[in-house]
Amino acid sequence: MLKTTAWNGKSSPARVAVVAAGVVSPLGFGLSETLDSLREGRDCVTRVTRFSVAECRCKTAGQVADERLINDQPEAGRARRLHRASFMMIYALKEALAQEPWFKPELTVIGTTSGGMSYGEDYYRSLYRHGSLRDSPAWIANYPAQKPVIDAQEAFEISAPCQVIANACASGTNAIGHALECVRSGRYERVLAGGYDALSELVFVGFDSLQASTPEKCRPFDRDRTGMVLGEGAAILALENLENACARGARVLAEITGYGMSTDNFHLTQPNPSGIGPRRAMERALQSAQISADSVDYINAHGTATLFNDAAEGKAIGDLFGRVPISSTKSMMGHSLGAAGAIEAIICLLALQHQFLPPNINFRAPDQLADLNIVANEARRTALRTVLSNSFGFGGTNASILMQKFEA
Amino acid sequence: MSLAIAGMGWVTPLGNGVDAVWEQLLHGHEASAEKMSEQFGNRSYSAFRVPESALGKLAPHPRLRRASAISRFAAAAGLEALQDAGVTLGSQNGNRIALVFAISNGGVIYTKRFYRDIVETGAQSARPLLFPETVFNAPASHLAAILGITGSTYTLVGDSAVGLLAIRMAEDLMTNEELEYCLVVGAEEVDWLLCDAYRRWRLLRLAPPVEPFNKTARGMILSEGAGAILLSRTGSIIIAQIDAGTYYRKRTETEEILSRILSNLTQDEVDLVISSANGTFIDQAECRALRRILPDAIVYAAKPAIGESVGAAGLWQVILGARALGRGELPPLLHVTSTIPLRIPVSCTALSKARHAIVLSSGVNQQVAGLRLSIP
Repeated sequence: MLKTTAWNGKSSPARVAVVAAGVVSPLGFGLSETLDSLREGRDCVTRVTRFSVAECRCKTAGQVADERLINDQPEAGRARRLHRASFMMIYALKEALAQEPWFKPELTVIGTTSGGMSYGEDYYRSLYRHGSLRDSPAWIANYPAQKPVIDAQEAFEISAPCQVIANACASGTNAIGHALECVRSGRYERVLAGGYDALSELVFVGFDSLQASTPEKCRPFDRDRTGMVLGEGAAILALENLENACARGARVLAEITGYGMSTDNFHLTQPNPSGIGPRRAMERALQSAQISADSVDYINAHGTATLFNDAAEGKAIGDLFGRVPISSTKSMMGHSLGAAGAIEAIICLLALQHQFLPPNINFRAPDQLADLNIVANEARRTALRTVLSNSFGFGGTNASILMQKFEA
Repeated sequence: MSLAIAGMGWVTPLGNGVDAVWEQLLHGHEASAEKMSEQFGNRSYSAFRVPESALGKLAPHPRLRRASAISRFAAAAGLEALQDAGVTLGSQNGNRIALVFAISNGGVIYTKRFYRDIVETGAQSARPLLFPETVFNAPASHLAAILGITGSTYTLVGDSAVGLLAIRMAEDLMTNEELEYCLVVGAEEVDWLLCDAYRRWRLLRLAPPVEPFNKTARGMILSEGAGAILLSRTGSIIIAQIDAGTYYRKRTETEEILSRILSNLTQDEVDLVISSANGTFIDQAECRALRRILPDAIVYAAKPAIGESVGAAGLWQVILGARALGRGELPPLLHVTSTIPLRIPVSCTALSKARHAIVLSSGVNQQVAGLRLSIP
């Protein structure tokens, strides 16, 4: 449990509610489409169309369709200049605010890894090839990582300060976890949290060069897994002091009850094979929520399907939780990096609301090195009360959050 | 909750070490600009670079062997801040210190090099050793590994205001009593590509000087380096209040937002302001807001001497403010080429009994924040 100097004059920390949520990802536009994809175990990974992948081993990714994204923007004229990451953020925020139109955050915490990277690529290519730089001021102005967050806030007249966390693939979960602690401490009543990332050539080629991405299907925790595929998207959760949310009659979608973080100094890109980094993050989340491991009903794993991640995470989960059901929903939509933790938090939210286990598709054979209870290939109906979501990233950042079904 | 500054570290184009850089500023010295050019660019730019000698005392570490300049700047500044505070980290207390890292453009040198290979010769020539260094949190990861930090490590991205947002995050993190310290580091490295981008955005001047508060905004000069402050719960200079501000939609809104921040931070009498004036549109916005809200405060800006270090800038300003309060003096504001309707130090100026300073951070990409430093 977080020990704080003050909980805003209260004797215990505030409980934290999720009162609204919005998402766009390869699984769909909005919560409803996302739920359908999860229940059906849909494979939303397709051949990359945004840039050439001819020289890459991996040819596929989870992608968000541009036509729909752009058509859905509130201001068509202004939208022409924005990066598609901004479109995604605007979409996700729009869906969340449709549920809570008067939600005015005091702080916005968003995770990302690469901001408007593709505009940086356009700029560099034009410079290098002495091409037209007529659009370069717009590329440059819309490249910074904070810009899509500001664009989304601006679209809905929200003026909260923005903290943009770039903790690699853990960013989204770190953003939600930090937002949780901000509300829990009593220093804030309402915080927007989430994450975004849009596919870019540099990042795609980067993972390909590391041979972390696969030319085959993404098979998390499978004995024959060969790596990850990338994805993209954005997700937003509106967090509020639970007591206040209930007092004003808000619909509480779920509670966020715990957050744990650790820094694994083993290697810049590889986890300690002992699983100590993920294990510490999960233990700290349990400690933060004041629950034991056997209270957890489902784990949405980081599960990138790389040899190293799944081995370390699998070991940590096995050691700590035994055979609790786990799945990696990245198998369906790819790894959306800074958005992943936020999208997966929304998947957990949907799982809690609709009482089912999202599947880990493309699964064929269990890894003999880890005795895990994989939700293989098909969603399962079950009673869920508490779920854990993991995100781990380059730089050794490990983050876990716990969510709980709200019972009035 | 107020936090105290327990230690500081500074790596700048004027060298490294808080005392040494401060002395140079007091003497009215400014960094030497270095010309930067690029094979495929038809223009050269000036930037303030960190001299190699500034990192001479940085002990070798396996994590720094292939790391970009930004990671080395951050390591040197972070280590100095811990040393300044007399804090030693070991396996027992690695989770009792948090690291919050502020950054804007990040490891741009390796990012450009990595992408250049892709553009020049295709994806198959992309170098896997470079890619991890392009990730925003690579410098923070290296620093955490060097220091042995195993708990909370965050990298925040933003414009020149990101340093103050990082301090705000540190304040939020320190509500957790189990944390003894939070190390806040801001760092940046400069490259021709960045200069070209800011020039196309009409914010960069081709060569010094940076003329602060000039009615004609002739532009800024980019610089690089790092600043670090170690925050604890007790100390002689405290961060009394932070206003994480907001963002401006149009540049014309900046003055109004700055005025609100200044009004919020001036509950107590304010003796001096560390401005983020950098030769761009920001200067006039800050000037007008200061005239409205704090006409009697003495105003200093270091960017004419050491340039605009973007992600590191906010931390540099806090170091300046803390040093000015601690030493009771301010360096001269350089390159004043027109009449400025503010109280500015034209030479090294004694500040008798100064107890409160405001740091204003206005970013060129929409973010604005401020904080108040005080001697309790």
